[in-house]
Amino acid sequence: MKKLSARRRHPLAALVVLLFALAITGGLYAAFAPAEKAQADSSAQSLAIDEGKRLFAVGCSSCHGLNGEGSADGPSLVGVGSAAVDFQVGTGRMPAQQPGAQIPAKRNIYSQSDIDQMAAFVASLGPGPVTPTSEQYTSTETDAISKGGDLFRTNCAQCHNFAGAGGALTQGKYAPSLEGVSAKHIYEAMQTGPQSMPVFPEGTMPEKQKQEIVAFVRYQANEAPNPGGLTLGSLGPVTEGLFGWIFGLGVLIAVAIWVAAHTTKAKKS
Amino acid sequence: MSHDNISDDKLPDAHAASEGHGLPAVADDPFADPGLPAHEPRRTDIDERAAQRAERQVSLLFVTSMLATVGFIASYVAIKPDKLVFIFPLGHVSALNFALGMTLAVALFCIGAGAVHWARTLMSDVEMPAERHPIEADDEVRADVIQQFKTGAAESGFGRRKMIRNTMIGSMAMVPLAGVVLLRDLGPLPEKKLDHTGWIEATPTAPIRLVNMNTDEPMKAEDLAIGSLTFAKPGPSASRPNGLQDSDEDFQQAIAKDALMLVRIQPQDLKDEKSSALGFEGVLAYSKICTHVGCPISLYEQQTHHALCPCHQSTFDLSDGARVIFGPAGHPLPQLKITTDTEGYLVATQDFTVPVGPSFWERSA
Amino acid sequence: MSSSPSTTPPATPASTRAKPANKGEAAADYLDGRLGIYSLAKANLRKIFPDHWSFMLGEICLYTFVIIILTGVYLTLFFKPSMGEVVYNGSYAPLDGIRMSEAYASTINISFEVRGGLLIRQIHHWAAIVFVAAMFVHMMRVFFTGAFRKPREINWVFGFLLLCLGFFDGFMGYSLPDDLLSGTGIRFMEGAVLAVPLVGTYIQMFLFGGEFPGTDIIPRFFTIHVLLIPGVMLGLLVAHLILVFYHKHTQWGGPGKTEKNVVGMPLMPVYMAKAGGFFFLVFGIIAAMSAIASVNPVWAYGPYRPDQVSTDAQPDWYMGFAEGLIRVMPGWEVRAWGHTLNLGVFIPLMLFPLVLALIAAYPFIEGWIIGDKREHHILDRPRNVPVRTGLGAAWITLYVVLLIGGGNDLIATHFHLSLNDITYFVRVGSFVLPIAVFYITKRWCLGLQRRDKEKVLHGRETGVIKRLPHGEFIEVHAQLPQATLHSLTSHEQPQPLELPSEVDENGVARKVGLLTKTRAKLSEGYFGEGGQIPKPTVEEHQEITSGHGHH
Repeated sequence: MKKLSARRRHPLAALVVLLFALAITGGLYAAFAPAEKAQADSSAQSLAIDEGKRLFAVGCSSCHGLNGEGSADGPSLVGVGSAAVDFQVGTGRMPAQQPGAQIPAKRNIYSQSDIDQMAAFVASLGPGPVTPTSEQYTSTETDAISKGGDLFRTNCAQCHNFAGAGGALTQGKYAPSLEGVSAKHIYEAMQTGPQSMPVFPEGTMPEKQKQEIVAFVRYQANEAPNPGGLTLGSLGPVTEGLFGWIFGLGVLIAVAIWVAAHTTKAKKS
Repeated sequence: MSHDNISDDKLPDAHAASEGHGLPAVADDPFADPGLPAHEPRRTDIDERAAQRAERQVSLLFVTSMLATVGFIASYVAIKPDKLVFIFPLGHVSALNFALGMTLAVALFCIGAGAVHWARTLMSDVEMPAERHPIEADDEVRADVIQQFKTGAAESGFGRRKMIRNTMIGSMAMVPLAGVVLLRDLGPLPEKKLDHTGWIEATPTAPIRLVNMNTDEPMKAEDLAIGSLTFAKPGPSASRPNGLQDSDEDFQQAIAKDALMLVRIQPQDLKDEKSSALGFEGVLAYSKICTHVGCPISLYEQQTHHALCPCHQSTFDLSDGARVIFGPAGHPLPQLKITTDTEGYLVATQDFTVPVGPSFWERSA
Repeated sequence: MSSSPSTTPPATPASTRAKPANKGEAAADYLDGRLGIYSLAKANLRKIFPDHWSFMLGEICLYTFVIIILTGVYLTLFFKPSMGEVVYNGSYAPLDGIRMSEAYASTINISFEVRGGLLIRQIHHWAAIVFVAAMFVHMMRVFFTGAFRKPREINWVFGFLLLCLGFFDGFMGYSLPDDLLSGTGIRFMEGAVLAVPLVGTYIQMFLFGGEFPGTDIIPRFFTIHVLLIPGVMLGLLVAHLILVFYHKHTQWGGPGKTEKNVVGMPLMPVYMAKAGGFFFLVFGIIAAMSAIASVNPVWAYGPYRPDQVSTDAQPDWYMGFAEGLIRVMPGWEVRAWGHTLNLGVFIPLMLFPLVLALIAAYPFIEGWIIGDKREHHILDRPRNVPVRTGLGAAWITLYVVLLIGGGNDLIATHFHLSLNDITYFVRVGSFVLPIAVFYITKRWCLGLQRRDKEKVLHGRETGVIKRLPHGEFIEVHAQLPQATLHSLTSHEQPQPLELPSEVDENGVARKVGLLTKTRAKLSEGYFGEGGQIPKPTVEEHQEITSGHGHH
């Protein structure tokens, strides 16, 4: 302890402390960052099933098995339907890159026709939700947004936040932000219930209501103006408090320093 | 605050802090107070041109403020409240709000900046000391006041005439009770109101259907897919022939207790037999109201069967009788016993067996 | 007291006062004859105020409070504090045809129909956020500089009450629009009230006028928010300011500054211009904030319904530490004899005032430990009172850790951490981190004291390197000017209290109470060997400066 004490005024002491702090922070982060393995769902229907099967064998079979029967690394895809494939691959979630609490959306590497072929193959394994057509997910009603808003607040806002900004779930899982998600993918997510998300089947949430929700989400998360100014992430009072402290009080204190400072003296200038 | 037991010489010296002041600095005391530094002039004190420049700057700020106020009024008159305008990096904002806010900000800020600039450059900046006087009165005043008080007290006879004193204290103590009594009608007594919900009307002979919150229709078990999440409210009953509707006068109170969260879990995944028996073919109906402080809990993870409360993160395992597995909730979510009626619709035949929502003192279950 | 000489013969109708030189003087004479303004102004017109930016934090609080009152009055002209239901048909399409309370509908109308209404709403809310933040920083400034010492302890209490009332009035205001977020806040309050043993359900029924949510809570909150709490705050504020004037402002130590004077510039004209101007600067900055950043976008939240909720349900920042307490508390519940004690809610409910009371009571605790009964007008540099500074830093740490707990869901999503781990971290951290921060801060202060001592004794490093004839390199140290030497050495260093000897002067054993022993121990902690570095003495300084080349 004495030895350490004697060296604390060394010029490099601050650097060593900083490195230590960084290493500890990093180590703690690594230790605490959730590393639980997630399960991913998927599904299918048919047309160019053979081509789809070839693509599936290359991209998916290592986890889901050659015939989508599933393995220790991935669930069975029998009966998940084409909508699940279209959602999972279309949003870039599948093929998954690394284990984590949840499989994140990323850049999609397949063309839409590749996805359709894989979806056809998976759909051929067993009946499941079918990829929706644009008539299914596009609402033409004028009051769709306000009706969708009410439905969204009942069924979706608890996880995805009032403006679709997303939110936390347990053990590092999260409800993703809905900004920039296409109408089709929003519809498919409700149809298939990917990962942690529950399913909203036709029996409890008919197509028309899904359309309304899609209309609201597309509006709220993408097109809605922000009349009051910066939305600060639409995250509620936490970011407002940060902005108030950092910008509001920060600028006020900077101004107070100017007000109270001595005016420059003549001989110094 | 007594320090009777402490030797006085260890208390801080009453004059230590003022030492040095007013005394000529001891020649060999390098730490002595040299006194206030001499005033140094600013540019504006010695250079008339600089002073005039400062004067123009101050006036310019005041003029800018005037122009901004004119701009404020013009914006108020000219801009429609629903006009949107794109401003980088703010996004599509209300043109009126932005214009009014910025002109008001400039109008106000320039007045302040002008006044401060004026004070900083043109008003005297000679620092001067003012004497402080002790807050405490000197002993003479103190003795005088105490004497006056004693005289007054003696003249009132307050200490001597005990009957007056006692009855006065008694009357003063009692009169606020009038105010306390007046508060009684703020609300009803709790009685058993918190013990029951709207489902209490359900009986085996007159069951109440579970009505889907979204569609306002009753549901069959097969409507609910495995892994689905549905919210429900009470259907038609004797007192509500149309079921609970959001146009009902007491809708908010009713839904604050009656709201249900329906999930369907593979029967083999259910860990709690009692809970499984309260459900119907894996369909379980839990209260949507968190048992912690009453938020509508509904962040349902269909893979783990965990439901998380968005307010304080109490986590319940819905496959295990809604046992609390994390967070500040003290007991499981109440489960409503459900079955089907003759047409196959999901119904409740009794109320929750325990009160829904947050705990309270009289809660016995 | 009277300003006119009393020797005037009563029969003479004319005043003996000199004829006013102009209309202004005449008006002042008129007022003086009725209000006695001259005697009042004599003491105050050229009152001296010291200049330092940290002394303006209180002004930020005052001015934001004024802004809140002004904008609040405007909002009451349009806001309808009613929970009567209406169907919305206004200009904001995404809520068209939605059922909502009049309170919510009128807030939407203020935002979209009333020209400038959105701006005033945002100024009101931003000013409230900054108001409480400024009060917090102002309080910390007073704490760390020891400005709460005699004679200012009572003013500290006034300030503390203003902070607490600010919390509650802010919470009430947040609850009024009856949007989904504010309703969730009221629901939380209902649950918290129900957790109170014995009388919880009664308080709940009386507060809400029946079962949650009822139709009374918003009108009732409205009265409390616009009348009751602001009225009390206004009274406390006036008392706070009168005491500031009466005590005269504290000042930093330095050449020419003593406990018996206050050095600065006069109220008229410099401080009138600076403080008056600062009001406009504060208002201008808040207005600019409200022009560029949205606060509480109630239209996006939607109307309150007890079965709906949005994630990120948090209170405004100042209630965040209470939110943290509630979130990280384990779910303890005791059930016995037909009753339930909801400790999971009740304990945080009790800790909330306790955390605040800790800081509020500190001046009195410190005063008792030190036993100092003198007035103090020179501020302490935080480093010179390491234990107090450490305790303050520990308290802030506790507050911040709890704030992290209150925002655990957002921290989880934005730093890709697990919500549960953050909660566990806060559970442990709220005990461990304040203690760690206390020791670190105290050591840091002692290090700074050592550096000051070094500077006083050896001068400042000039950066000039000299080579001595025998080849050794040294850095030339320059002696500090006397003003700096004075500033660095003029602070007091109290000595710890000593227990009286076991026997009194007559040799009779003396009883030393436990309280006295505790007090002596605490005093030893504050000012004993580990509590401060003895400041350099004149002798030490002379020895070193006379023995040149020795270094």
